[in-house]
Amino acid sequence: MILPPGDRRFRGTLARVGRAVASREASGRMKGHKTRNAVVLALGAVGLSACQLPNFGGYRGSTAQGYDTHELYAGAVIAAIVVGVLVFALITWSVFRYRARPAKGGDASIRMPRQFHDNPVLEIVYTVVPVIIVGVLFFFTVLTENNVDAVSTHPYASIKVTAFQWGWQFNYQGEGVQIIGNDVTQQYPQMVVPTGKTVRITLVSNDVVHGFYVPAFNFSRYAQPGIVNLFDLTVTHSGVYRGQCTQFCGLYHSEMVFTVKAVPAAQYQSWLRAEQANQADHPSQAPPPLQPSSKYHIQYGY
Amino acid sequence: MTITQERAPGAAGAPFAGEVLPDHDEGPSGLLKWISSTDHKVIGKNYLYTSIILFFISGIMAMLIRAQLSQPNSSLISFQQFNELFTMHGSLMLYLYAGPFAFGGLANYVIPLQVGAPDMAFPRLNALSYWLYLSGSIIMVSGFLTAGGAASFGWVGYAPLSSVTNSPGTGPDLWIIAIALTGFSAIFTAVNLITTIFYLRAPGMTMFRLPIFTWNMLVTAILILIAFPVLTAAMVMLFADRHFGTHIYSVAGGGVPLLWQHLFWFFGHPEVYILALPYFGIVTDILPTFSRKPVFGYKGMVFATMAIAGLSTGVWAHHMFTTGAVLLPFFSLLSFLIAVPTGIKFFNWIGTMWRGQLTFKVPMLFAIGFLFAFLMGGLSGVLLASPPIDFATHDTYFVVAHFHQVLFGTAVFAAFAGFYYWYPKMTGRMLREGLGKAHFWVMFIGFWLTYVPQYVLGLRGMPRRIAVYPSGLGWTFMNQLSTIGASIIALSFLFMLYNLWVSWAHPIPAGDNPWDAGTLEWWASSPPLHHNFVNLPRIRSERPVWDANHPEHDKAHRPSAIARMAAMSANGQTGGNGHAGGNGQAGDGTTGSPGSAGAH
Repeated sequence: MILPPGDRRFRGTLARVGRAVASREASGRMKGHKTRNAVVLALGAVGLSACQLPNFGGYRGSTAQGYDTHELYAGAVIAAIVVGVLVFALITWSVFRYRARPAKGGDASIRMPRQFHDNPVLEIVYTVVPVIIVGVLFFFTVLTENNVDAVSTHPYASIKVTAFQWGWQFNYQGEGVQIIGNDVTQQYPQMVVPTGKTVRITLVSNDVVHGFYVPAFNFSRYAQPGIVNLFDLTVTHSGVYRGQCTQFCGLYHSEMVFTVKAVPAAQYQSWLRAEQANQADHPSQAPPPLQPSSKYHIQYGY
Repeated sequence: MTITQERAPGAAGAPFAGEVLPDHDEGPSGLLKWISSTDHKVIGKNYLYTSIILFFISGIMAMLIRAQLSQPNSSLISFQQFNELFTMHGSLMLYLYAGPFAFGGLANYVIPLQVGAPDMAFPRLNALSYWLYLSGSIIMVSGFLTAGGAASFGWVGYAPLSSVTNSPGTGPDLWIIAIALTGFSAIFTAVNLITTIFYLRAPGMTMFRLPIFTWNMLVTAILILIAFPVLTAAMVMLFADRHFGTHIYSVAGGGVPLLWQHLFWFFGHPEVYILALPYFGIVTDILPTFSRKPVFGYKGMVFATMAIAGLSTGVWAHHMFTTGAVLLPFFSLLSFLIAVPTGIKFFNWIGTMWRGQLTFKVPMLFAIGFLFAFLMGGLSGVLLASPPIDFATHDTYFVVAHFHQVLFGTAVFAAFAGFYYWYPKMTGRMLREGLGKAHFWVMFIGFWLTYVPQYVLGLRGMPRRIAVYPSGLGWTFMNQLSTIGASIIALSFLFMLYNLWVSWAHPIPAGDNPWDAGTLEWWASSPPLHHNFVNLPRIRSERPVWDANHPEHDKAHRPSAIARMAAMSANGQTGGNGHAGGNGQAGDGTTGSPGSAGAH
C-alpha cells in the first residue's frame, strides 16, 4: 500500500528533472521564475547527472512538489554532513591530540599549555564562512519554496478537505462527490486523484487544529479553524499513499488516517462518474456535508 | 563583610587551619533553614533538588511512553493516559526542569559567587521565586489526581484544543495556573539575576571580566523578561476564555485561534534559548578549566550569545511554517542565521581545547558529550529552518529527534556537567570519578540509540504524539531501538544516584578548588560561608583565581603594567595548589580601597 521510496532510484536524474519541469509547465502552475527555475534545475541536473542524489532516509516525493523538496533536502543534508564531519573531526582531534601529558623531567604535574585566548582573523573567517553557507541554503530554500507553494489558476480538479475530530471529508468541488471516514468506522477515507494533473486542495478544519500530511508527498499543512489553506499537488506516480493527521488533535489523534489513491486521469474520470451515480442513487448513504463552525474565515495560501 | 581585607597568608575564603572565620549565618538550622532561608545558596540547592526530582518524575513518564511505543498496536496504556503522559512529560521537562535547574538552581548558586557578591540583590524576592516555583510544580503534577486527569493537549496547549469544550475538567486549569505561577517565578529570578550582575559585582569585576556562564545568564535573564510575560499573559487569556466567557482564541466568538500560536511561540522560541544559553555557559566554564587555558575568543562568545538572543526573538514563526499564515522567507532567514553565532560558539569551544592539556574528569566528559549531541541536534535544526524541508518533516519524529538531541545535549549533558562540576563546591565533597564516568558512557550510548532511530522514523512518516501505530509500516524496529536506548539512559542515572549515596556516606573532602579552575567561585570555601567571601583576589581578568594560583602565567596572559607589578610582587611565591595569598593586594587601585568594602 505504501509506495517504496526507492522505486525510481535507477532512473536518470536528468530525465526526471526534465519531466518534473515539463509536468509543472503543462499544468500551468508556474506563474513566474519559470526560466530561472528551469536553468537552476538544469544546472543542478548537469552537476548531478553522474550520480543519483541519495534520499538520506526520506521519501523522494511522489509529487512534483515533493520531488523538489527531496532535492533540497538531499542537498542540505550533504552540506550538513560536510560541516558536521569537519566539526566532529576538529573536536575529536582536540580530544585525542591534546590530552594532558606529564610535564618534562618526570614531574607528575601536568604540563602548562600556552595561554593564548584569541585569534581575530580566524574568528572573522569562521563567522563569514557560515554566513555564506546559510546564504546559499536560503537561496535554494526560496526557490524550492516558491515551487512547492505555487498555486495554479486552472487546476484540473479541486478538492475541499475538511478535517474534524477524528476523520476527514473530501469534497470534490463541482462534482457532487463526497468521501468521509472517521475513527469510529475504522474505514479510512480514500482520496482519489489523477496523476500528472494539478489538484487543488482547499484545507479547512471543523474544530481544532489538524495536520494534513502525506509522507510520500513530502508535504504537510495545518487544517485550522478560521483559516482556509490552499495548495496544489501534482502526483507523478500512481499508487496508494498513506496519510495521517500530524498535529495533535485530541483523544483519537492516532486514528486520523486517510489514504490517497493516484490513478491515471481516464481512470480517475471513470471513478468520478461511478461515484456520482452511486451517491445520486443512494443519497442516504452519502454523509451530510460538514460545515465549518463559523463565518469568520480568513483565506491564506502561500 | 570585609571583602578587601588583607588575607592571612595561605588562607583564601576557606578557614585557615585553626582559624575561625566570621560566619554571619545566624538563621535556623535543619529543616527550618531549608524553608525559611533567603541565602542564595540554600535557595539554589532547593531549586536543584526540586528540579532534579521533577526531572526523574518526567523521565519515568518518558519511559512509559517509550514502553507503549515499543510494540505496534500496543495497549499497555490507554489513549487518554498516553496523551496525559506526553503532555506532562513535556511540561515538566521544559517548564519545571530545564529552565529552573539552570536559572533557579545553578545560576542562583553560582552567580553571586562568580561576581564576588555576598548574596543575590533581592534575597527575599529570591525566596518568593522558589516558593512560587514549588507551588506551581505541585499544582501541575496534581493534575493527575483530578477526576478528568491531567492536561492532555501537549505542552504547547494549542487553541482551540485547550478550550473548555475540547478539554474540560480541572487538570487543564491546574496546568494553566501552574505555568502562570512558574512564569512569575522565572520573571522574578530574572530581575534578581540582572540586578545582581549589574550592581553587585566585586571591585575590579568589569563586565568583560565576567565568566561566560554569568554573561550567558545575564542574556538569558533578559530573554526571560522578553518572553515569559507574553506566556503568562497568554495563559491568563486562555483561562479567561475557559471560565469568564471571553472569545480571544475561539472562532465562534470572532476570536483568532492562530493568535495562541503566535503568542505561545513568541515565548516558545526565546524559551528554547533560555534553556540553551545557560548550558552553553556551563560548558564554556568547564572547557577552559580542564584544558588549562583561558576561553578562546571571549568577546566573540559574548557577542555570539547576544546575537543568538537577538535573533531568537524574531524566529518564532518557524514553528508555524505549516500554518500557511506566516511570512516564510523572513522567518526562514532569521532561523538560518542563528546557525552563525552558534557556529562561532562551536569553533570557540574547539579553540579553547586546541593545544591545551585536556584532562577528562567527569564534568569534562559531559561537556564533550554535549558538543557531540548539540552538533547533530543543531545541524538537523538548520535543515528544519528551511520551510519545504519543514513541510516534509513537521510534527513527525524527525522534529522530536531534533529537539530532544538539542535539549538532551543542553539540559542533560551540559546540566549534569555543571552538576558534577559544582557539586564539590556546593557540598565540600567529591563525587567518585569511576561512577561518574560510568554514568557518562552509559548515557552517551543510550542517547544515540534513543534518538538516531527517531530521525529515521520521522523520515519514514511517523507523526509525533500518536499513542498507537499499526504494524507493516516499517516503524516497529526503530521504535524498539529507541525504547532500548531510553532504558539505557534511565539505567545510567542509577550510577549517579549511587554516586550521590557514596559521596554522602563516605565523604572525600573536595578542598576549595579541586579542578584548579579560574573563576571566582573557586576562591570561596567549599561549601562557601554564609555570605560567601572573607576576602577576594585581585580581579584583573576573567579568571582571577587562576591568576592568583598561577602568577607565572599571568604575564603571558595579560602583559600589562598591572600584570608585571603582580608578577613582581608574587615573585618568590610558588604558584602551586592552594591560594598564593596576598599577592599585590595592597596598593592595587582596581581592587578598591578598604573604604569601598562598605558598599557590600
